[in-house]
Amino acid sequence: MAKTLYDKLWDDHVVRDNGDGTCLLYIDRHLVHEVTSPQAFEGLRLAGRRPWRVSSVLAVPDHNVPTTDREQGISDPISREQVETLDDNCREFDIVEFRMDDPRQGIVHVIGPEEGATLPGMTVVCGDSHTSTHGAFGALAFGIGTSEVEHVLATQCLVQKKSRAMQIRIEGRCGPGITAKDIALAVIERIGTAGGTGYVIEYAGAAVRALSMEGRMTLCNMTIEAGARAGMVAVDDTTLEYLRGRPFAPAGEQWERAVDAWRGLQSDPDAVFDAVVEIDAATIKPLVTWGTSPEMVTTVDGHVPRPEAFADPVKRRGAERALEYMGLTPGMPIRDIRVDKIFIGSCTNSRIEDLRAAAAIVRGRHVADNVRLAMVVPGSGLVKRQAEQEGLDRVFTAAGFEWREPGCSMCLAMNADRLEPGERCASTSNRNFEGRQGPGGRTHLVSPAMAAAAAIAGHFVDVREL
Amino acid sequence: MEKLDKLTGIVAPLDRVNVDTDAIIPKQFLKSIKRSGFGPNLFDEWRYLDHGEPGMDASKRAVNPDFVLNQPRYRGATILLARDNFGCGSSREHAVWALADYGFRVVIAPSFADIFYNNCFKNGVLPAVLPAEVVDGLFAAVAAAPGYALAVDLAAQEIVTPAGERHGFAIDPFRKHCLLNGLDEIGLTLEHRAEIAAYEENRRRTAPWLFTTGTAG
Repeated sequence: MAKTLYDKLWDDHVVRDNGDGTCLLYIDRHLVHEVTSPQAFEGLRLAGRRPWRVSSVLAVPDHNVPTTDREQGISDPISREQVETLDDNCREFDIVEFRMDDPRQGIVHVIGPEEGATLPGMTVVCGDSHTSTHGAFGALAFGIGTSEVEHVLATQCLVQKKSRAMQIRIEGRCGPGITAKDIALAVIERIGTAGGTGYVIEYAGAAVRALSMEGRMTLCNMTIEAGARAGMVAVDDTTLEYLRGRPFAPAGEQWERAVDAWRGLQSDPDAVFDAVVEIDAATIKPLVTWGTSPEMVTTVDGHVPRPEAFADPVKRRGAERALEYMGLTPGMPIRDIRVDKIFIGSCTNSRIEDLRAAAAIVRGRHVADNVRLAMVVPGSGLVKRQAEQEGLDRVFTAAGFEWREPGCSMCLAMNADRLEPGERCASTSNRNFEGRQGPGGRTHLVSPAMAAAAAIAGHFVDVREL
Repeated sequence: MEKLDKLTGIVAPLDRVNVDTDAIIPKQFLKSIKRSGFGPNLFDEWRYLDHGEPGMDASKRAVNPDFVLNQPRYRGATILLARDNFGCGSSREHAVWALADYGFRVVIAPSFADIFYNNCFKNGVLPAVLPAEVVDGLFAAVAAAPGYALAVDLAAQEIVTPAGERHGFAIDPFRKHCLLNGLDEIGLTLEHRAEIAAYEENRRRTAPWLFTTGTAG
C-alpha cells in the first residue's frame, strides 16, 4: 500500500503496537535544554533510573543565557541556577553538552541541524514545541513535555498515538522578497492556529522544493503555530548537500549507505493524505501579524481589520481584545504602524541566510530615530562566526543595530532581553502572544528582511519596494 | 501521579479562544527547577495588577478583581471551562503543573492543543473535549448560577450537569487506564525493556549512522 513520508517514519520506529491505538515509538535523537529538563533528571534520580542511551542526547543551554557580557556569567541567580543545573545533570549522567562558553553553543533547534545531529529518517524530540523545525530533514520531530523528556531519557521510547496526515502543497514560485517566513505565515493564515491540531504536516510542491534547508527549517519550525506537532519535508539533493561533512553526520562508506536509505524518505506518488491544502506561491505577499495569535495576520499592503468583520462572535471578541492589547486602530494601514524595537533572531529566523537577508536591506542605511533598540541575535556561535567572517556584524553595527551573543533571547524574554510595557516590536520570532516578549509588549511577526526594513523606516514597509 | 476517578466541582469559566501556555504560566516562572509551587502564578499576568516575579509573596500582590478566578463565586473551582485551542504554544508542562497546583483537575474545552493535551495526562489532569455547542451552553449555565458545579465520571466518560444532562467525552483507553489508576507510565514502558533492546540492536545494525556521536565532547 502506498505510504506517506509520515507513515514510513512511523512504521520504521514502532517497537511494539500496544493494541489499544497506541504504539511504543523508538526515539533516535533527544535534544535537551535547561528549562524543561531539570524536573525530568530529578525524576530519574528519585526513581533510581539511568538514561537508556546517552549517545542519543545532546544538551545545550539557550533559553536563559545572556546575549551580552557573557564572560560575566549570568547575573540573574535563578537563571544561573537553571543553567548550572543542566551542567550538573549532564556531568552526572555523562551527556554531551555544549556549555555556555562552547563556541558551538546556540539555540537547540539551530545547533542540532548545524552539527548534523539531526538526520533524515530519525525521530527527534525535545522538551520544546519548536522541535518541529527538524522535520525539514525528512525526520519525525516533535516537542514534548517534561514528563515525556523523563520518559525518553529512561526508556528511549514514547507511547504515541498516530496522528492524521496533512499535505500542504505550495505550488508555483514565490515572488521576489518572499521568504519561508511569509510562506509559514500564509499557511497559518489559511488553516488557522488550530488547523493542524491532530495532524502531522508534510510540506510539498515546487516552492517548498525550491527552499534551502534553512528555509525549510523556518517553515517546519512554524508548524506548531498552525497546531500540528510535526512538520516535514521529503529528502532531496538539497538535504544531502546540507548534511555532507557535518560533525555528527556519517562519512565514507556509512554516508553512502545512509544516502541509499534516505533517498526513500518521501511520500509515495499515490499516497493518500487525510487532508490536502494547496497554496499558490505566486499569491503570497510579505505578511505582518497585527494581533496576539499568529493567525491574526495580513499583508503589508493591508489594513488592521475591523472586529465587526468577523462573523464568529468568539473570534470578534478575540480581535477586539487583541487590538486593545496591541494599541491599534481598526482600519489603519499596516504601513502606518510605528515600531520601537527590532528583534532579528530565534529558532525561526537566526541562521546565516536570515542574517544575510536582513543585512542586504540594512547595508548603507541607518536605523530610524524612533527605533530605541534594534538587535541581531545569531542562532549559534558558529552562525555568529560565519556572519563575522562575511562582515555582516559590521553592516549591522554601522546601521545602529546591536550584535549579540547566541540564544533564544527576546523571542520569549527569559533572559534580560525584553520589551517594556507598551513597546512595539518587529520580530522575526514565532509567537505574538500577550506578554511573550515581555509583559505588556506588542509583537509583530515578520521575516528578517521585513524586520530590517522596519528598522530603517521606523514603521512597516513593503520590502519589495526598497 | 494522583489518580482521578469521580469528581464533582465548581466550574470556573475562561471565555477566550487560543489561551496559550505563555498566558497560563509566564516565562519568568519557568526558571524553577522544581515541579511544584506554580499555582500562585497561574494566569499571572491576568490575575494580578502588578508584574510578578519568582519569589514574590502572592498574598501581598494586587489582584485584578475583574479576572474570573478572583471572583468569590469561583473560589475553590476544580473544573476549568475553556474555549477552542486551549493550551496552544509552548510545550511547557509547567502550564499543567500550575493548573494542577492551583486545584484544577479537569479542563473542559471544544479543542486542545496537542502537546498540552498530552501533558495533562502525565499529571492527573483530565482534558475533556465536548462539542462547541455544549461548551457554549455550559458557559451560559455557569454565568446564570453562582456555585454551578459539574460531576465528572471518568470511568463512564461522562460529565453530568446539575439538571442531570449527560455529556459523553472520548478518551484513549490507555490514558484512561493510567489516569484512573494513577500509574507511572515509565514503569509500564520498562516492562517492555527486552523489546526495546531488541529493536535497538536491530536498528544499530541496519542504520549504524544513527548511533554516531560525531566529534562532540
